[in-house]
Amino acid sequence: MFLDETFRVKVGLAEMLKGGVIMDVTNAEQAQIAERAGAAAVMALERVPADIRKEGGVARMAPISKIREIMQTVSIPVMAKARIGHFMEARVLEALGVDYIDESEVLTPADEEHHIDKKNFKVPFVCGARNLGEALRRIAEGAAMIRTKGEAGSGNIVEAVRHMRTIQKEMKQLTVLGKEELVHEAKNLGAPLELVEYAAQHGKLPVPNFSAGGIATPADAALVMQLGAEAVFVGSGIFKSSDPEARAKAIVKAATYYNDPAKLLEASEELGMGMPGLDVSKLQESELLQTRGW
Amino acid sequence: MRRAGILALQGDFEAHGRTLARLGAEPVFVRTAAELDAVDGLIIPGGESTTMLKLLRLEDLLEPLREFGRRKPIFGTCAGAILLATGVTHPEQESLALMDIDVERNAYGRQIDSRVARLSPEEEFAARTEPGDLEAVFIRAPIIRRVGGAARVLARFLDDPVLVEQGSHLVATFHPELTTDTRVHGLFLGKL
Repeated sequence: MFLDETFRVKVGLAEMLKGGVIMDVTNAEQAQIAERAGAAAVMALERVPADIRKEGGVARMAPISKIREIMQTVSIPVMAKARIGHFMEARVLEALGVDYIDESEVLTPADEEHHIDKKNFKVPFVCGARNLGEALRRIAEGAAMIRTKGEAGSGNIVEAVRHMRTIQKEMKQLTVLGKEELVHEAKNLGAPLELVEYAAQHGKLPVPNFSAGGIATPADAALVMQLGAEAVFVGSGIFKSSDPEARAKAIVKAATYYNDPAKLLEASEELGMGMPGLDVSKLQESELLQTRGW
Repeated sequence: MRRAGILALQGDFEAHGRTLARLGAEPVFVRTAAELDAVDGLIIPGGESTTMLKLLRLEDLLEPLREFGRRKPIFGTCAGAILLATGVTHPEQESLALMDIDVERNAYGRQIDSRVARLSPEEEFAARTEPGDLEAVFIRAPIIRRVGGAARVLARFLDDPVLVEQGSHLVATFHPELTTDTRVHGLFLGKL
C-alpha cells in the first residue's frame, strides 16, 4: 500500500506540515489570525473542544458556509473534522475540497464499531490514536497521518504525553522482536502484520505522527516534539487564551525551536493567561473524548 | 568536504536530509543565522511558505538569507521555490527575489489536485545527470508563470516550467525529496 501513488500524495501533504502548528478555528477571522501567526494549516470546526465539553449536545461536522468562508480567506491548507464512522460527512467535505479530513473523537461518534474506509477517498485523512494498535488500525483503514489523541479541550498535557510515550515505547519494543514474535504481537495489537513489521523495522509509523489534545503553551508544544511528535495540533489552547495572536505566534516558534531553550524562553514571554485547565483524572469516564474510537 | 545546509524552520526538511544522506552528504539543519554562516549551500524545503516567511521575519533571517544567496547556491522545492522567486501571486507575498521568476501559489488547486506525474526533462538535464524520466510529486504546487532571461528551464510539466536554474540557484515546484531519484539533488550538490 505504501507504493500506491494516491497514498504517497496524501502522506506528502503531511510531510509538508512537519515542524508546524495546525490550529483549530471556528470562523474566517480566527483563520486569518492563525495564518498571520504562522500556522501551517487550520482545522475548521463548529466549536473548539473546550466549548463542546462545556455545552454538550451532539457535535457534528462544521457548517459548510463556515468552512467555505475559511477556505476562501486563507492560503494555507484547510482541514475539517468529520464524526468517527460518518463517511457521508466525509464525502461532503471531500466534495467541498478541504485539504485533509480529521476523523475525530472530538465530535460525537456516528458509528460505535466502524471507522471510515479511508482508502476509498481521494482526500487524505488524519486520525487520533492512544496506542500503537489503534494507530496501525487507522493506517490500515487508509489514514495518511496519525495524531496522538491526548484529551481535547482539557488544557492539560498529561494525556498527550501518555499517548506519545506509549506509541514510542511500543514501537521500540517491536524493534527487538523476531518474525514469529511479530505475528503474535500483531494479534495482541489487533493490527495487520504488514504494518507491525514496518514499525518493527523502522521504529516509526509508516505515516507522520503528530500530537494533539491538551497543548496550551509553547513549552507544551516543545515537550511533545521532544517526545517524538513531528508537528502539533492546538485546539482550544489558542482561542481560549487571553491573547490568541501572541500565543499562536509563540507556539509556532516553539514547534521550530523545540530544541533551543533560549528561543523557547523568548516564545514564553508576555503571553497573557493560558486557557483554564482540567484535571483529567477527576473527569468521569463518560466525559473523556479519548476513549471514542475503536 | 563542502557542507550542505537545509533550512529547518518548517516543512519536509528531514526528507531532504534523507536524500542528501543517500548521496553521501551529511545534511546540516539550519535554524539560525550562525548556522547559516557555517554552510556552503542551502536547501529551502517544501512546507508552508507563509509559515517559513513568518519565522524568517521573526528571527531576522530574511536579510542574512538574501546575502547568503548572493554568494552561495540555494535550491528550493515548492515553498522554497516560492521564497526564491521575484514575484509571488495568489496571494501576493514577500520573497527573497534571488531568481528571476514569478510564481503563482497553489496554482493547480487544492490537495485533491495534488498528484504524481512522470515527465521527460530537457536534454540538458539528462546530459548533466543521467537520462531517464523524472517522477514528480506535486503537493498543492505553485506554477512558475514567468521565467526571466537569465534563468533556464530544465524540465516542464504540461508546458509549465517545473525545474529551473539560474546561475548557482535551482528551483523545483515538485518534490524530488519524496522519491528515490537523487539526480536533482546531485545536480545541486555539484554547485557547492
